[in-house]
Amino acid sequence: MTNQTAFDFTDIQGIVRFGHGRLKSACMLLLNIKDPAAARQWLRATAFTSGASTDPLPDAALQIAFTARGLARIGVDKDVLTQFSDEFLAGMYEPSRSRHLGDTNTNAPDNWRWGGHEGALPDLILMLYALPGRLETLHQELETSLFKDAFTEQAHLGTNHVVTTEPFGFADGVSQPKIDWQRDQTADLHRRDSYSNLVALGEILLGYPNEYGEYTARPLVSSELDTRAAALPEAEDQPTLKDLGRNGTYLVLRQLEQDASGFWKFIDAQAGHDPLKREALAEAMVGRKRDGTPLMPIEKNLVEGIDPDDREKNNFSYDEDKQGAACPIASHIRRSNPRTGDFTPGVTGFISRMIRVLGFHNASREQDLVASTRFHRILRRGRVYGDFIKPEDALLEQNPAQERGLHFICLAANIRRQFEFVQSAWAASGKFAGLQDEEDPLMGNRKPLYGGTRTDQFSQPHESGIRKCTADLPQFVTVRGGAYFFLPSISALRYLAAEPVTSGVTNTTTSAGTV
Amino acid sequence: MIPQSAFTICAVVEPTHLGELRALLARMNILHGMADPDNSLVPFGQIHTLHFARFVIVESLTNDDILVHGEVPKPWAPMLVFMGDCDGPRDVVLAELAVRAKPGLEKIFSCCQGFAGTSDTLLEWMQARNVVPAASYVNWLGRTVAQVHEELALHRLLRQQLVKMQQSPVSDDPAVIHRHLQTVVKEAVANGQLTLSPIPKTPFGWRIKNLLEFILVPLVLILLAPLFLVLAPFYLFVLRRKEKADPEILLRPDPQWAAQLAALEDHMVTNQFSAFGDVKPGAFRRYTIIAVLFLLNFAARHLFNKGYLTRVQTIHFAHWIFLDDKRRVLFFSNYDGSHEAYMDDFINKVAWGLNLVFSNGVGYPASRWLVKGGAEYEGKFKRHLRRHQLCTDVWYKAYPDATATELARNIKIRKGLETPVFREDSEIRDWLSLI
Repeated sequence: MTNQTAFDFTDIQGIVRFGHGRLKSACMLLLNIKDPAAARQWLRATAFTSGASTDPLPDAALQIAFTARGLARIGVDKDVLTQFSDEFLAGMYEPSRSRHLGDTNTNAPDNWRWGGHEGALPDLILMLYALPGRLETLHQELETSLFKDAFTEQAHLGTNHVVTTEPFGFADGVSQPKIDWQRDQTADLHRRDSYSNLVALGEILLGYPNEYGEYTARPLVSSELDTRAAALPEAEDQPTLKDLGRNGTYLVLRQLEQDASGFWKFIDAQAGHDPLKREALAEAMVGRKRDGTPLMPIEKNLVEGIDPDDREKNNFSYDEDKQGAACPIASHIRRSNPRTGDFTPGVTGFISRMIRVLGFHNASREQDLVASTRFHRILRRGRVYGDFIKPEDALLEQNPAQERGLHFICLAANIRRQFEFVQSAWAASGKFAGLQDEEDPLMGNRKPLYGGTRTDQFSQPHESGIRKCTADLPQFVTVRGGAYFFLPSISALRYLAAEPVTSGVTNTTTSAGTV
Repeated sequence: MIPQSAFTICAVVEPTHLGELRALLARMNILHGMADPDNSLVPFGQIHTLHFARFVIVESLTNDDILVHGEVPKPWAPMLVFMGDCDGPRDVVLAELAVRAKPGLEKIFSCCQGFAGTSDTLLEWMQARNVVPAASYVNWLGRTVAQVHEELALHRLLRQQLVKMQQSPVSDDPAVIHRHLQTVVKEAVANGQLTLSPIPKTPFGWRIKNLLEFILVPLVLILLAPLFLVLAPFYLFVLRRKEKADPEILLRPDPQWAAQLAALEDHMVTNQFSAFGDVKPGAFRRYTIIAVLFLLNFAARHLFNKGYLTRVQTIHFAHWIFLDDKRRVLFFSNYDGSHEAYMDDFINKVAWGLNLVFSNGVGYPASRWLVKGGAEYEGKFKRHLRRHQLCTDVWYKAYPDATATELARNIKIRKGLETPVFREDSEIRDWLSLI
């Protein structure tokens, strides 16, 4: 679909467009609403950073997102609320979901510091970003007496203000999908045969066509029944209704503790204390070198959706590396983004396409186990926390003085098909792409399968044909908290900030079921 | 080669016994629908030819949907369906069940109509209520439960050997490694550590019948082709008219029901799926789905019997069963991965195949030309299927941790082992990399 008008960045929260990487200082406040009216008043009085470009560049940014409970508390009607997605409404801690995501054993919500059950859920999250040295002031300015009337602080999630490498020592957030803001991408599905890094706007924001050309179900409101909705944009697919979701999206936050010294000590022992071998094994598990350089060779022709200046880090796919000789299939980056197209490589015309459609292309059948990556992309906006430690020092560390980890944040219009799919079908699955019982080497919870088969191993192909297997991997990453949030658009924030109509007229749109 | 068969015992539940039946079924589980292989009612694990089995109380959750076609919904009484996939003839495994699980099955079936006071034996009673699926898919025709277990054990042994070689290499020469592994396996077989039974002979009658079907069906289709060609324009005209007019039902599944379904999922690497719905009223849809399922069954039997159903490689067994005089279809499958991954795999790889069958169901997202549209509307399709999905009350899998991909790989591993001498070293390396 082509849309001639330029995208209006003023209605999205800035975090969708920018990672605020220049604003190195950041913290996140998990808040509960004490007084809904005061909270609305505070929302009305507060300016949130939009996605519009500014000159000069901003020296601070403020973003906000709500859990389902928070939306209900702030005054969203039940029949609007129920139009949000099931996973958002049910929450990350739901037992079936925990099993699905690998949040079991030590990762189980019962052990979380926050978000582990309904009572431990924040109502909202405030994300503060500032230039170094400015964060404290920003935080103090924020906490007015109105703020204190409105909210209680459940948790304060600090971040590391200096580095962008995650605690194991690797560059983080190296690969991101490119958003098709102008909706220029062709609707011709044959153009998606091979991997593209360009994703439909509707994968990242609600209210726009997604990779299937559909509008993801989201809350639509009648402005006749709910006067607060008058300022909301129209729903493109149902113009009689206002779109509370448009320009907003879901935000997934997971607090992941990373045992840096445990990681490097294990790797070091496996490598026989040889620094080069140690580095090589860690790189194989990640799929990149510490500075972000991929293990896969860079391709000559630019992959669609890769910017030329990102060539050295991301211009590759795994098409020519079926066995994982260059980059192990089990490696973290390969399983987080397998870079596959809708068909295995080599579609040249109608006949070869039909042979593949019918499944008769024997040579590429194994490669076809994981296809169509484009439906499972997420935009990552995480921040590292804890002090930075060099791998060499992590090896010697006895008792870490401070916890380290990642506040994993991602944005996606469909939590289930995007975040949960990547986490469950790719990262946490011991059978990803035909692997022999290997979970993600970094993130796996090492829980054996139902029948007792162990999954705590990592293997690399070897020229002899005999896979080199690293066994008995300990758990390196532990989930400490998490929740699903709705990141509203700027206009949706105005809707949330408005006083609810008290006439008793209930909103009776049933659009969620018919989108 | 021993062909697989399925039994599908369908019995209407005595309304007063529904609660009791549910409690009985729950007693067979370790947790959330996952059968205890040694449970006292039906000890599935004792039936060594049983791949998968399930008990489902089939209820018509969407019974009123047919109102959109102006039809009066026909009442549907809850029906207990006991289905299993087994090696060899159905009657043999039913007879074994009738012996080994006699008290348990009697208890269960006494909650169903027509059991109390019957003069039939348990076996006869079950046989009388067996419904042959209209179409069945078997991931790997001829692979028995015994073979699966033997090859899993073989793979474990070979894997251990390769791990050992990582510490103390045997040789750099792949041919030497191959011979070494052959010797190790031979020794393990000799001292009873490992069993590798030869693949049994295919029953003669089955082979003849299979061959005749393979020849006759295409032959008849070719002979009738001119007739089909003449009829095609009329058929397509009516099809398109109906496709444009057929109402979609796009209600969101009840979140509580969806949560109950989710509670039964993701315990193993494999999941179960049971769904039930009405065929659109009228002769056109009725004969379309009869024809489609006939062709699907033929294709599954003769073309897709070695590890893949078109592009999908994650299904172990699947069945399409007509009930209520072909007015309704019950669908059962056993697939690897999560529900979401299963849906996505289907939508992205074989939406056309789903449409062929399921677009004849009431309320399905609008299809075009029987293959386009429909499942391509991802959101609508997922809601449609989830609404029709049933709780699988009891579910058994004989090899919990093994995926279909892995079982197919084990066949290749065994084949490589049993290859006396490879011609190229690279072939040996490729083989080693499978282990």
